[in-house]
Formats: sequence, C-alpha cells, structure tokens
Amino acid sequence: MKTNTNIKAALTIATAALLGTSNAAQAETTSTAGVEESAWEFDSAFLFYSEVDRVSASEAIINATKTFADDQVLNLKLTVDVLTGASANGAVAQPNVQTFTRPSGNGQYTITAGDTPLDDTFHDTRVQLNGQWTQLIAPNYTASGGVHISKEYDYLSLGINGNIAFDFDRKNSTFSAGFSYFQDTFTPEGRIPKPFTSMLIGDSSSGSWDDDFSETRIGSEDTKTTTDILLGFTQVINRRMISQFNYSYSMVDGYLTDPFKILSVVSDFNAPDSGIAQDYIYESRPDSRIKQSIYAQSLYHFEHSVLDISYRYMWDDWKITSHTIDSRFRIPLGDTFGRESYIQPHFRFYQQSAAEFYQPFLIDGDTLPAYASADYRIGEMTTFTVGLKYGLLVNNGDDLSFRLEYYRQIPTNAGFDEPGVLNDVDLYPTIDAIIGQVTYSF
Amino acid sequence: MMIKEIKLVLLLPLIIGATGCVSLGVEPWQRDLLAKDEMSLNGSGVDSALDDHIYFSKEASSGGKGFSGGGCGCN
Repeated sequence: MKTNTNIKAALTIATAALLGTSNAAQAETTSTAGVEESAWEFDSAFLFYSEVDRVSASEAIINATKTFADDQVLNLKLTVDVLTGASANGAVAQPNVQTFTRPSGNGQYTITAGDTPLDDTFHDTRVQLNGQWTQLIAPNYTASGGVHISKEYDYLSLGINGNIAFDFDRKNSTFSAGFSYFQDTFTPEGRIPKPFTSMLIGDSSSGSWDDDFSETRIGSEDTKTTTDILLGFTQVINRRMISQFNYSYSMVDGYLTDPFKILSVVSDFNAPDSGIAQDYIYESRPDSRIKQSIYAQSLYHFEHSVLDISYRYMWDDWKITSHTIDSRFRIPLGDTFGRESYIQPHFRFYQQSAAEFYQPFLIDGDTLPAYASADYRIGEMTTFTVGLKYGLLVNNGDDLSFRLEYYRQIPTNAGFDEPGVLNDVDLYPTIDAIIGQVTYSF
Repeated sequence: MMIKEIKLVLLLPLIIGATGCVSLGVEPWQRDLLAKDEMSLNGSGVDSALDDHIYFSKEASSGGKGFSGGGCGCN
C-alpha cells in the first residue's frame, strides 16, 4: 500500500512537472471555495498479443486523468508498443520452395513448399502520446480538444481533434459533434516500391543489385491524411438503461498502399504448370478511401449484472462492408474471495466483405487491373473473439484486473476460381491469436 | 436496401430524441445505477484503446464508437 502511494505520488510529480504546474506535491483531493479538484487518477495496462507463428506485440499504456475545478478534465496518455515477428507478404503458397527479397532489399528469405509466405523481418517500436482537455463552455455545452503524436521507426502520425456536446432534457439526452484530422508520414525500410513492378529476386551482393533495386522504387516517403466527422446521440432510456448512436464519416487521402505487400502472378488455367507463380509484383491501392459507419451501443443494468452490447455497420467506397457485434457481461462476485470482485465474459463477432480490388493472386497474361492487393485484411473474412476478464478491488479501492482472450481470423474465398496447383494449397489460412492483459487503476 | 437500413438507423436517434422528453429519461435522484462506473458508455477506456489498436491493424474497419484515426503503420 505504501509502495502504491509512492508510485502515485511520483507519477503525480512527474505529470505536474511535465505540465509546468506548481502544485506538484498535491496528491490528495482538495476543496477550494466549494469547487472540487480531484487528485490525479491513473490507469496502467500491459498487453501481450501473440499470433501462432506470426506477429507478437507487447503494449504498455499509462493514462492519467485529473479533474480540475468546474469539471475541467485533463487526460494524458502514453502508449509504448513493440512488435516483432512474421506477417503475410501477400503471395500464395506453392507446391515448391519460394524465394523473396526482403523489403529493405538486403537479402532474401525462403518459404517451405506448402506454407503461406510470411516475411519475418518485422520489428518496430512505437511511442504514442495523447493529450485531451475537456470543459464546460456554457451551461449544458461541453467542449473537448486533443492532440495525438505517434512515432515508430518508419512512421510518424500527428493528429488533432475537437468535440462539442450539448446536454438537454435533465441531461438525459446528449447530442455531440466531433472532428479529427491526422497527418501520417510513412518512410518504409527499402523505400516505396513502384506499384505493379516485379519484386527483384537474385544475388543482393552483386555489383548491379543496388541500381537494379532502385529501379523498382519511386521515393523514400509518402503521406496520408485522415479527416473524420463523428455525430453522436446519447439517451438515458430509464433507470437501468442508456443507449448511444453514432454516425461517422471518414476521408482518407494519400498513400494507402502497403509497401511490403506483393501479389503472386500465376500461370493460367490451361497452362501445363497451371497455378505456379511466374512473378511477384508490388500491390497498388487507390489513393483515397471514404468510410462511413453507424454505431449503436446499449448498457443495461440487471439486478446485479451489467450487459454492454454494441453493433457497428461500416461501408466504404472500396466496396468493403462490415458488421461488428461486441458484447460484455459484467457479473459481480461479491466478496467471494475476500475482496470485492467481478468476472466479465466478452464476445466479439466481426465479418467483412472484400475490397473490390482484392485479388488473392493475378493470372499471368491477363490485363492488369487499375488496382490490386492480396492483403487478406481487405479480403473476405470473419473473426471471433472470446475472452474473460477478472477484476478485483485492492488497496484503497484501486482496481486490478486480468484479461485473457482468444482471437481467431477466418479469411474466406470471395469467389475466386483457383488454377491448377493452387487447389492443393491453403490460400486462406486461419490465424489464431492470444491476448493477455493486466490493468491496474489507482 | 442498404440506404433504407441506414436511413432507419440514422432516424432512430431522432425519433427517440423527439419522444425522449415525454417518456424516456430519469430524474436526477434516479441515477443511482447509471452513476456506477460499469454503466459508463466507455467503461474501460484502456481496454478500448488496446482493442482498437489490435482490430485497426488486423481488420479493414475502424472507428464507429470514436474516431477511426490514422496512427500507425501496423502490420
């Protein structure tokens, strides 16, 4: 308990120092002229995400919130994550060994016959900072503004957001309108490949390699912007139930291609080696995307338990549509284990249709389409998440919780006929992942 | 078909809002359950932030509850 207080005091001083405020030692609630100013409250979490044979990620978050006089709220969040492991490069599995060039152009990697090609060179560390200020600007009107910065080795993202909310009918109803704007800069390892050029495969130590590799590149960096508009309506239904409805409109412009993804170009249906890869070309996506979604969420308080259920429908001009159902059911366990605790089962279902330019492979000799990507993440797919969270109150009402979840991605064939040997390999492998998380709020 | 569904869902809050003053909502002294942390629409912000990052990286959809954002060159 003493250690906990010390950590909190240290974090309070550190946060105040960052902000340049003078009340650094203030760690307890004070009252000034009837308006209450609370102590800093911290949420910290560590998450581990691991896919079987693929990507692993560790992510740590510390979130600090302080409510000043007159309900002004400052929220600061620091996120650090580390990602390592293998990611599908987009090429199809083959009955023979395949060789690919690493995104950097330095060296090659080989894939065993029958295996989905994975590029195992991914290693990235990301640091993200968020700040958000919320306050009443007039009776029943709350405004909020925030900034975002995220930096990783090859990626920089800067963002701002603003929101205004209007409460009415005894604060039972709230309308809100918000916007956000992000500017991202991508500086990928090995620079940006020319769309649809062939991946150069050969001896990367040869004298002409660097020049030949440069021929497949168009630049060292590119940018994209994301503008979001979010309209929301929240309604208290009765003493036990509250609902929210959102509409969002999102415009993304700029470089939306994944520079690390390729497509296999395979022999046609009639060729003697039908389905065998003849070439690997870099993918190409449109330079704009407009996404829209509607979102509805309700919470219902039963006698003791609380059900939280939401649904999202998303559609975009890449012709992707998706349905997401997310639900949590919090069951208090009372003082069963000597402390107040709860368990919370979680279930999530997600289903998306493929982008109109998604192609698991291209056929040799066919005219190239305007855009093509074999990234399964924009293909037809269903995913499930099932999980359980266990939380308990510890020292002074601090909250400690553990979450363990299982996430399965099931890509499916969106109606593509498979030539020759492709019938004998798995083009849509299922991906299993485990998510573990510890959260401590104090 | 899709547009019709969208219109319905978009109109729903307006209908609820219009009728809200009459039949929905509670008096301030009836907020005992609504005031609990677990009845907050964004109950665990940390969980949501972590989940959003995972699903943003692995699926073609993002946002809805909040901004869909930019933010990472996730693989």
